[in-house]
Order: sequence, then structure tokens, then C-alpha cells
Amino acid sequence: MNLGFLHGIVRVEEKLLLDEIRKRSNVEIVKLHDTEIIFDLHNIKKDVDIVLERCVSHSRALSALKILNDNEIPTVNRFEVADICGSKFLTTQAIIKSNIPAPKCFIAYTPESALKAIEGLGYPCILKPAVGSWGRLLSKVNDKESAEALLEHKKTLGSYHHSVFYIQEYIEKMGRDIRSFVIGDEVICAVYRNSKHWRSNTALDAYTTNCPVTDEIKEISLKAAEAVGGGVVGVDLFENSGLQVNEVNYTMEFRNSTKITGVNIPEKIVDYVIKEGRR
Amino acid sequence: MGECPVCGGNVETEGSLEVGEILTCNECGGDLEVKSLNPVVLAEAPESEEDWGE
Repeated sequence: MNLGFLHGIVRVEEKLLLDEIRKRSNVEIVKLHDTEIIFDLHNIKKDVDIVLERCVSHSRALSALKILNDNEIPTVNRFEVADICGSKFLTTQAIIKSNIPAPKCFIAYTPESALKAIEGLGYPCILKPAVGSWGRLLSKVNDKESAEALLEHKKTLGSYHHSVFYIQEYIEKMGRDIRSFVIGDEVICAVYRNSKHWRSNTALDAYTTNCPVTDEIKEISLKAAEAVGGGVVGVDLFENSGLQVNEVNYTMEFRNSTKITGVNIPEKIVDYVIKEGRR
Repeated sequence: MGECPVCGGNVETEGSLEVGEILTCNECGGDLEVKSLNPVVLAEAPESEEDWGE
């Protein structure tokens, strides 16, 4: 089997995945570096059986997956999954459409209407960019004055993605939230992401501890994964008188989670990719 | 050992390396990307961009 490995910079996760793939007999790695790859759209080579997408760049991942899938090359994850998970709006919309609990959320297109939505929701609340990760450019809005300043700054300084205002209810997370890891139809493990900061991204120095996968975590995680199209995803959950889905990630990072959970996450991912590639 | 393209210092390149891997120069603290393996060539790592993430 030829397993395409689409990547940009190689993080700890990509090294672990490559090491895991190299352990497998009869699997050849075809590395596809996103700074070198050229797609001839009229003539796409079909020299791989499946591609594992691990680009750090969402825009590169998205177009590459679209090209590959349109040429009947299977990928983990599929284009549709990356498209939905790469957009906080599309993710929230998919979660709501599937009747999965999620924090209140509003979309507005002008600073004036966004301020109305914020005032209606109450303080504090969260302003997020429509596209983004690692907790970047998330704002906790504590009062009307900060809301007005943030909206003005976004309008003046923000890129295209900041012209859609994504406003989310603030959930008091009591020092932690949950990241569950879903592969196919299995929740392989989960971690608490602990942080005194209101953001709990491990990219922002949150630390992880093991979270036993309860029936409730399993059920909501599988539903969330299915809502965005399935595959290999990390589901972020709030504990708020019942679980709520915050976000779903399609190129999940796991460097802080394998040792803590005792679950070999790269091994499970590679097992799944090979299984999908042999279908 | 590789040479840091920023400060000229020595960068540990022993063990298994991957093209695209990010290393840190112990002398200047800069992030470096492995551009090739034989020989090991390092370049300044790209800056994080707005669409980067998981």
C-alpha cells in the first residue's frame, strides 16, 4: 500500500505518525510536502491508495483534500470534514442541526448588529474569528465598552474572516474543559485540559490530565464527529449542567495526551488510515 | 551538527530527522526548519500564519 502523507512543518505529532507508519510492513510512505507539491488539475497522479492529511495550514489542507477527493483518492480526513471543522460557524451549524447541545451562538455581519447580539446575550461573552485555531484572537468580552472597542478594531484591522462576527455564550468552565479523541466509530480516549485562564488550549500552556470516557462523553463525542462527517477528530466539550460541544478539530494534536491516557493515539490513527486505504 | 543560518551556531541534528521538522538553536533560540537531510540544511522556520492550527 502507498500511503500519502500530506504535511507542512513537521510537529511532534507528524513525527510520531511517520514513526508508526514505518513500523508497518507492506506500507510505503509517499511524503507530500505542501511547500513542494504541485497539482496539475487536469492530470492528477493516482499513485497513492490513501492520503493522511497533516498540514498545519488550513487553506492548503482544504484545497489539497478537495483535489484528491474529486479524483477519487481517499483521504483522512475527507474534504467535507476539513471544510466544516475549519470554520467555527460551519461546525456550530452542523452541531445545532444534529440537535447536539452547544453554547448559545450568534452570527452578525456589522459591528452595530454584533453589538446588539452581544447586549442581548449579556456579559461576559466570547468573540471568535470564523477561522482560526490554538485559541488565537479569541476575546472574552466583559462589558459594553470593551465590546465596542473590539468590534471597531476587528472592522478596522481584521481580515476578511473577521467581517463575520461569531458571538458565543461564555461558559464558566471551572478550570477545565474536555478534549475527546474520536477515530471512526470509537472514542479512543479523552483528556481534561486544565487552565486557570478562560482559554484552555494546550497551545496556550494548559496542561492535560486523563479523563475517563463516560457514556455521556462517548455519546456526545460520536454524535459530534458524525455531525461533521466523521473520521479522525478531536471534540472539545464544556461541562455545563451536562456536556456541550464547543469545537471539533480535524487535524488534532495529541502530543500531551498519549502518555497521560495510556492510549497509543498515533497507532490508532495509522490503523484507521490503513483500514480505510484497503477498502 | 548543523549550522544555524541565523547566528552560525551549532545545532544538534543527531537522531532521526524529518524534512519539515522544526528544531531550536540552543545558541540564539531561533526556530529552524529542516530543509534537507543529506546534507542537513536548516533555514529559518516560517512564521505562524492566520490559518494555522489543528
